[in-house]
Amino acid sequence: MIKIKAKDVDVFYGKKQALYNISLDIEENQVTALIGPSGCGKSTFLRCLNRMNDVIDICSVKGEILINDFNINDKSCDVVRLREKIGMVFQKPNPFPKTLYENVSYGPTIHGMAQSKQEMDEIVETSLKKAALWEEVKDRLHEPGTGLSGGQQQRLCIARAISVRPEVILMDEPCSALDPIATAQIEELIDELKKEHTIIIVTHSMAQAARVSQNTGFFHLGQLIEHGSTDKIFKNPDNKKTQDYITGRFG
Amino acid sequence: MNLILFTFIVLLGFTSYYFGRKKAYTIQSTKKRLTALPQFYGYYLAIWCAIPAFIIFSLWAIFEPTIVKLLILSDYSNQGYLDDELNLIYEKTKALSRGQFTGEITPFIEASAEKYLSLRSIAQSSKVVIVLSAIIASVAYAYKRISSNSRTREPVEKFLNAVLFTASLAAILTTVGIVFSLIFQTIDFFKVIPLFDFVFGTHWYPAKAFVRDSSEALDPTMYSDTFGAVPIFAGTFFIAFIAMCVAIPIGLMSGIYLAEYASTKVRQYAKPLIEILAGIPTVVYGFFAALTVGPFLKELGTSMGLEVSAESALAAGGVMGIMIIPFISSLSDDVITSVPQSLRDGSYAMGATKSETIKRVIFPAALPGIVGSILLGVSRAIGETMIVVMASGLAANLTLNPLESTSTITAQIVVILIGDQAFGDPKTQAAFALGMSLFLVTLCLNIVALRVVKKYREKYE
Repeated sequence: MIKIKAKDVDVFYGKKQALYNISLDIEENQVTALIGPSGCGKSTFLRCLNRMNDVIDICSVKGEILINDFNINDKSCDVVRLREKIGMVFQKPNPFPKTLYENVSYGPTIHGMAQSKQEMDEIVETSLKKAALWEEVKDRLHEPGTGLSGGQQQRLCIARAISVRPEVILMDEPCSALDPIATAQIEELIDELKKEHTIIIVTHSMAQAARVSQNTGFFHLGQLIEHGSTDKIFKNPDNKKTQDYITGRFG
Repeated sequence: MNLILFTFIVLLGFTSYYFGRKKAYTIQSTKKRLTALPQFYGYYLAIWCAIPAFIIFSLWAIFEPTIVKLLILSDYSNQGYLDDELNLIYEKTKALSRGQFTGEITPFIEASAEKYLSLRSIAQSSKVVIVLSAIIASVAYAYKRISSNSRTREPVEKFLNAVLFTASLAAILTTVGIVFSLIFQTIDFFKVIPLFDFVFGTHWYPAKAFVRDSSEALDPTMYSDTFGAVPIFAGTFFIAFIAMCVAIPIGLMSGIYLAEYASTKVRQYAKPLIEILAGIPTVVYGFFAALTVGPFLKELGTSMGLEVSAESALAAGGVMGIMIIPFISSLSDDVITSVPQSLRDGSYAMGATKSETIKRVIFPAALPGIVGSILLGVSRAIGETMIVVMASGLAANLTLNPLESTSTITAQIVVILIGDQAFGDPKTQAAFALGMSLFLVTLCLNIVALRVVKKYREKYE
């Protein structure tokens, strides 16, 4: 089933065009990987999906992006509600300089999702459990989140993102700042999370894309060169550029 | 004369630089490898020129007057003059030699003045000779020593190190000197006025000490109830409090606006405009407070049936607050801007609005820096003098009514030290005691502020 449908998306930074005519369908409850060399626009595309490009003054987005058949670029779209539905995990772990508990309860608090302290405790606990962090931190929930290791911080950020039960989770190179063990933990987690969430992950590691994703899109110079099932892209791509990139001939 | 000599030495320095470099090039042209760039050979010679000149100049400045004085006064020895009288004779001699003496001229003094002039000219010409020969000798020595494998880079670097060290040492020693002079005068003050009376006394009336007849013996009891610092400490903190009531909300809100809401264009113009406020001299704020705000408040108060003094704590504090706004707004703008963008992104991605993000993420993250900026503002408010002197009067009233006039530590120091004053007088020393307490208060505030700001930095680095 199609969760997100992008149609002819163009993105401009000032006068410079960053994305050209991107049309891409994203399957529900699957992991879609976006790969491509640096500066190819894959992160820009990811940020279109929860309208994070709004934050950048000079950035403008054209085209339709339908999520559950609703165009999020429409004027009637409420960005606050949209971002509640579409969570995001960033390249560098960015826990707030608050306690672990406050980090996870941040989203539920601003969206008024918990009626009582007890309910909030429950949300925090489930989110941390889903992010496979609960066992490590359950005794120090009221210590600052910035005191964790890099991998733990990134899982904390994942817990923060899933605390509001988003339908889609966007991950922008979530493992690029982590060591191989922490990376393996996050990848395992992604596999688990796709049962309840649709996941789109931008990655520089083709091995990671091959390991975690079911679908892959290859971006090059602002264009979506090819997309399809990960198996096909990695074993038998239609486009020569894709072939060259996958086999490491450029990028 | 000295100026010509100095210019000549500077020229000599440049010449030695030129010769040093030239010699280095000559060595280089013989295909020998130099141990340093040619400039270093030039600098090396210039330093050999500067150091002897500097040493001889300073020795001369220190010893010449003493030696001349000794020689002049040797004529008067064994004539039973007292030291004070000898000093007077010497001063008269100097004045006469400059043609500025107006009193009765005795032949003795006239002779001394002539001797003084001849001694000075001998000293001057011998200085020229010694300095120049020393320079030439040392430069020639250094020039001979330069060869392809002589070390020039290390001495030059060491010399620069020493110069920079001396500069920072001078700054530190001056500060230490000021603090020590404060300490000793303060101790003298507390020998006459008990510390307890100063810290807990509620009457500040230094004029009383001033009207004392100078022939009277120094009697500590007559100072009781004169130097009680409570009213002026209270006044200081009260006016600073009023100032901060104005400066904190306005400064902070404009800081947040500039950092988070203002577009690049608005920020580009608004920030320098706000910082202009910081460039206005405080004396201008002072007459703004005294001539515009004070009378305005008085009229406003009168029309509402309130008794408002033309010189009120409110006028001084309010204007002082306006003066401090740019400090708080600019500093808090800086700390808010330096909160990493990733935290903002994280918050927006959770669906938080701008105000929620500011309130829940950015403000707490920037809080230590903001507190630091506020504390710096407070120490400015406490140290501010001109506005208070001009707008809040000089009588130290113990009051908490912002509509009355009150006075501060700094203003009282001004009152005490304007006009005639005698060293060793408790009234003058009171200024040092006040200065000392002011110094301690602002020092503590600055230490706390720096600590807080440092802690904030550690969190993100």
